[in-house]
Amino acid sequence: MESIFNTWQWYIVGPLIGLFVPLLLIAGNKLLGISSSFFHICSIALNTKKFSAFGYNADTNRWKFYFVIGIMIGAFIAENFLSSGTISYLPESYYSFGGLVLLLLGGFLVGFGTRYANGCTSGHSIAGISTFQLSGLAATVSFFAGGLIYTYFILPFLT
Amino acid sequence: MQNIKYILFGIPFGILLTKAEVISWFRIHDMFLFNEAHMYLIITSAIVTGALSFLAIRFFKIRSLDKKEIVIEQKALNKGTVIGGTLFGIGWAITGACPGPIFAQIGAGESAAVVTLAGAVIGAYTYAVNKSKLPH
Repeated sequence: MESIFNTWQWYIVGPLIGLFVPLLLIAGNKLLGISSSFFHICSIALNTKKFSAFGYNADTNRWKFYFVIGIMIGAFIAENFLSSGTISYLPESYYSFGGLVLLLLGGFLVGFGTRYANGCTSGHSIAGISTFQLSGLAATVSFFAGGLIYTYFILPFLT
Repeated sequence: MQNIKYILFGIPFGILLTKAEVISWFRIHDMFLFNEAHMYLIITSAIVTGALSFLAIRFFKIRSLDKKEIVIEQKALNKGTVIGGTLFGIGWAITGACPGPIFAQIGAGESAAVVTLAGAVIGAYTYAVNKSKLPH
């Protein structure tokens, strides 16, 4: 029972994450996806009518907003009740002015990029590929291309 | 109101992401450096499980709880998939978080992730406003 407080292994977590694809389809005909929640936050901040002018349908995506609230609660539970110590998920260096600017820029790319690509790791890589969509595979290859570009060609010059 | 139940789906999802450290910048960094298989194994086993479940849904003609036929949203493959996908990949490597983990990092107490989320919302808004001018 001690191990539940340690890092959970891939063979437990991976298949359980994958099960969210059928779970959400059966629960409400929803295809797993998260990045549209950014649009939903925009639509709440700006008022729904105004933001719907950009082609955003708040009604079909509202569930994702509740889904991400759940993710936040789940992470809180995992960190505070299912862990033996505190874990750092971000490098110390991000807690500085320059670090926060980099996070803001990185966040911008995540929001802009996922919406431009019409999906993220959940919607394209997991839900897209597992429902045999070519766009899911192309998106996933692109995600890794971007990650490798930053890791090998940009990050070395920042430190 | 029927959407509120999705909080109950998000909670276990958030626990899984956090307990497997999918939300850790260090795990993402090690993934892009090919230092460890952890992330690759999680993503691959999730896809395999999802695909087998999807085939089972089709084979047994399983319906949703409200007795409707299960319809899969089809996502178009276009220039945006590749350009947007690459930009997101850079952001993923910077922040150590794809969209779900941004919310999980906040929940797990990484307060700086609030800045990541602010950036992501501004980024999504910028895309929405400029959508018609971008190649697709």
